[in-house]
Amino acid sequence: MSNLAVLPIALPFLAGIIVAFFHKKLVAARIFALIATVIHLAVTIMILLQVNGNGSYVLELGNWKAPYGIVLVADPLSALLVMTTAIIGVAAVIYAPKSLSKIQEEFYFYSFFFLLISGVSGAFLTGDLFNLFVFFEVLLMASYGLIVLGNGKAQLRESLKYILINLFSSMLFVTTIAFLYSVVGTVNMAQAAERVGEVEQQGILTTIAILLFFVFATKAAVFPLYYWLPNSYTVPNAVVSALFGALLTKVGVYSILRTFTLIFNHEVPLTHTLFIYLAIFTMIFGVIGALSTNNVKLIIAYNIIPAVGFMLMGIGIFTETAIAGSIYYLVHDMIIKAVLFLLIGAIIYAAGTSDLNKMGGMIHHFPVLGWMFFLSTLVLAGIPPFSGFIGKLLLIQGGLEQEEILVVLAALISSLGILFSMIRIFIKGFWGEPDIMKIPEQKPSMSLMVWPIGLLLTLSVVLGVGAEWFYPSIESIAQYVMNPEIYIESVLKE
Amino acid sequence: MEIIMSVLAGILFMTGVYNLLQKQLLRIVIGTALVSHGAHLTILTMGKLKDGAPPILTEGVENYTDPLPQALILTSIVISFGVTSLLLVLAYRASKINHTDNMDQLRGNDYE
Repeated sequence: MSNLAVLPIALPFLAGIIVAFFHKKLVAARIFALIATVIHLAVTIMILLQVNGNGSYVLELGNWKAPYGIVLVADPLSALLVMTTAIIGVAAVIYAPKSLSKIQEEFYFYSFFFLLISGVSGAFLTGDLFNLFVFFEVLLMASYGLIVLGNGKAQLRESLKYILINLFSSMLFVTTIAFLYSVVGTVNMAQAAERVGEVEQQGILTTIAILLFFVFATKAAVFPLYYWLPNSYTVPNAVVSALFGALLTKVGVYSILRTFTLIFNHEVPLTHTLFIYLAIFTMIFGVIGALSTNNVKLIIAYNIIPAVGFMLMGIGIFTETAIAGSIYYLVHDMIIKAVLFLLIGAIIYAAGTSDLNKMGGMIHHFPVLGWMFFLSTLVLAGIPPFSGFIGKLLLIQGGLEQEEILVVLAALISSLGILFSMIRIFIKGFWGEPDIMKIPEQKPSMSLMVWPIGLLLTLSVVLGVGAEWFYPSIESIAQYVMNPEIYIESVLKE
Repeated sequence: MEIIMSVLAGILFMTGVYNLLQKQLLRIVIGTALVSHGAHLTILTMGKLKDGAPPILTEGVENYTDPLPQALILTSIVISFGVTSLLLVLAYRASKINHTDNMDQLRGNDYE
């Protein structure tokens, strides 16, 4: 047993409280935030290495034995995701000062940011369903603070809807947990998995499973529950959108992955087939949305939705290859969505508008931004040898093995649609007539924005080019996820 | 007793959802509060309602109340209290700045 597993939650939590005391001293707050996120990253890397070496950490909080107390489980999957979260955190902190206005930064941006990271890490690490709800609330509360930061007209309007939909789905989450508790008599994931396995997931449990899926699907923006996402991810500041796009929906996807591989894995023909069909619609409608607008930020926000579809497809196909694809895609998508939102923030900052029709010829003024955007487009759309390709390859391979032709076709077509929607920004914004845009004489200095983007983009490229190097560990995680007995045993220690 | 509580929770959910679907902002906030009350009562009912039995886990005690649902409820009440108060402030702000509390007019497609 080791206390290391609680650090990714406790460190940012403490940092968030401490930084609230000097929120008006921006220089100090920035330095403090940078140091704290770097330490957080170091801790998470250490956990990942330790977990890969010695197996999962199970921390029984307050020394209450497993099914009675709350457990934190740092297993290979959650350790990997927590580390990815930490990387995005570092990039966001470097990017934030340039992107936020002084007043936004002063009014507790860093506090909310740290609480968000703390909640996301907690949601990845917890081994208890009710505790998962609590961490959902922690990260949602922080996101409510972040989304209204700036107090704009559209911002207030959209954040209201965002809070309402999340509040409603949280209440359904609580109700579902109550139902599950009355049937299996526990909220500990490992014990619930064991008991659901004993009765072979009869009717009522499948109903509960679908209810739980409904809750997570609302958070993950799966068709038909994605309508709240595009607008509310467009209105806040770029760095906030990047955090939301990279982390929040992925927590929902992770929860689906966790519960439906660990607990509700006995009715695969029913539940997982449903996922496949929903994945098809999610991909198609997301891409249609992305093609329907000229607001560059909205295009990126819509691109989150097909990515969720891809991950859901892997969970639905439910073979080792497909799950490996989902996990690979999850990590890839966290990084590339952060890159894209940060990039689009820089582009809007440079161009002074988010309307694609008013942009043009930016490549002459901002060549670095242009080529970075081009590269990230290739990564997102899945052009070999970049990381999007590897994830999609695994997913499609898994789909073909199970002869799910329809979803494979939808995946391929929507990939083309994603490429088209992104390259449209490149063609119209970066090529084209430079005259329609007013570029100020003195170009704004962008280096603080470009650095973190470059960092993440490099990482993303390495993830794709070095796939040979990463794949074995992803494969072993997929193997681990497909054999829930290991998880149950490590928690309950029988 | 459980049946009555379940029906009560159902009524709370029903009225809550009805209010959520209204146009006026304040009614929606009240709707969320009602839904959360329904959820809390569901938790309490799911842990079986017993009278006069202490939450004790020792050998020899046959009749005891399950303490876990109460702990869960307490957590959930605190959270929904916090969110509701935030929502009220935000609804006030949003209606002040947008000059309306009608959700139909708060639809909007402009992003400033």
